[in-house]
Amino acid sequence: MDWKKCWKFGTKTIVATALGAAIFLVLNMFVKVPTGIPETQVQTCYGICAFFAALFGPICGALIAFIGHALGDAISYGSVWWSWVIASGVAGCVYGFSFAKLRVDEGVFGGKDILFFNIVQVIGNVIAWIVVAPVLDIVIYGEPVNLVFTQGVVAAICNIVSAGVIGTLLLFIYSKTRSSKGSLKKEN
Amino acid sequence: MNTKLFDYVERHNFIYDLSGVTKFLCFMIAGAAVMFTYDIRVMIVVFVVSVIAFFLSRITFRQIRVMVAYVAIFILMNIVLTFLFNPQYGVEIYGTKHVLFTITQRYTLTSEQLLYQVSKVMKYCSIIPLGMIFILATHPSEMASSMNRIGIPYKATYALALTLRYFPDVIRDYQDISVAQQARGLDLSRKERFASRIKNVLNICVPLIFTTLDRIELISNAMDLRGFGMQKKRTWYCAKKLTKNDYLSIGICVLLLLLSVAVSIFVNHSRYYNPFI
Repeated sequence: MDWKKCWKFGTKTIVATALGAAIFLVLNMFVKVPTGIPETQVQTCYGICAFFAALFGPICGALIAFIGHALGDAISYGSVWWSWVIASGVAGCVYGFSFAKLRVDEGVFGGKDILFFNIVQVIGNVIAWIVVAPVLDIVIYGEPVNLVFTQGVVAAICNIVSAGVIGTLLLFIYSKTRSSKGSLKKEN
Repeated sequence: MNTKLFDYVERHNFIYDLSGVTKFLCFMIAGAAVMFTYDIRVMIVVFVVSVIAFFLSRITFRQIRVMVAYVAIFILMNIVLTFLFNPQYGVEIYGTKHVLFTITQRYTLTSEQLLYQVSKVMKYCSIIPLGMIFILATHPSEMASSMNRIGIPYKATYALALTLRYFPDVIRDYQDISVAQQARGLDLSRKERFASRIKNVLNICVPLIFTTLDRIELISNAMDLRGFGMQKKRTWYCAKKLTKNDYLSIGICVLLLLLSVAVSIFVNHSRYYNPFI
């Protein structure tokens, strides 16, 4: 675990955040996979967010989800549903803590890393959608308790699927394109 | 697919000439005012103020009709879901029960529920005109500078500026890739099964991500070469000076917030307004 590298916010991280948020916005607005249950879709954007968060850290993840979700809301609805936007930011931030241990950049993403990444993203989704979003919904908007928790559980499951499937696969494919440390050997 | 994020049309009137800082602050402060209260009277005041501001801005209906449709669907869904899940929530909040009419035993419409749901819709709607003003009447390049000026670190707001700048590029990439994959026989329609649709989305995401990662490299190198992030502060090309009108607008919004807090504390003694006792 290398917690220090999580809090660096250099130029590359800023640009990654910006372009990640742009992709998040595109997918958030146009690409949703319906599950068959009415009004529930697997938001592909959380998979992308988890991917960027695992590569660039918690600040990047939090900002991608926050900017992407807030802008998407503002552009489509003219207003922002703050409780869910904040929950998005929390989810992105927690995804990013996997950055402390993962070394996908160096081409390392084996079985243990996949497991670790998925544990982190499940924790993140549970905190964000079953704790933060419903609680803020009740505090800010005075929504009925059973409604918000039902919505929260559905959202958590959808986003776990999204981050688990799309995030893991993207990280795996990306790790294959990176040359790992010490992979070159001098031939005698 | 609409490749334009939103239209910024240059106009000159009271609202458009306000600085971006003002529009952002007004949106946030008035937003805080309606979020704090659950008193429909306060919300109506905020709604009237923001509708007046909206008309002053002379934003045309053409610019907002898609938004209006989205908002209508969203509100309708919320009304139906709230009533389905908790038809007696108003009774719980206000503590009395005035039955209007009965559909079934569980689904009895009470005036408390009506007030609660109308308040909730109002809470959401009253801030929309100000949100539209912030999105449509602020020069996109000014958004980042205005947020930086109220204390948000410039590195974070610069990310927002870059997002706005690169959104059209990303959407163009997305369309190119999507069309190319469809030409190779990828089915994105509803006919496919759930699992294969996720796989198909992935077939678009992978090239999209890799072009983006290349682009990140390119842009961040360009920025580093120009010395981005060397200093604690930075200046902006697009930043208007605050004028008398700016202070007036912010003042009105602060008054709204104070009104909201004062009514809750001194008149209602809670966040809810209860006309039923």
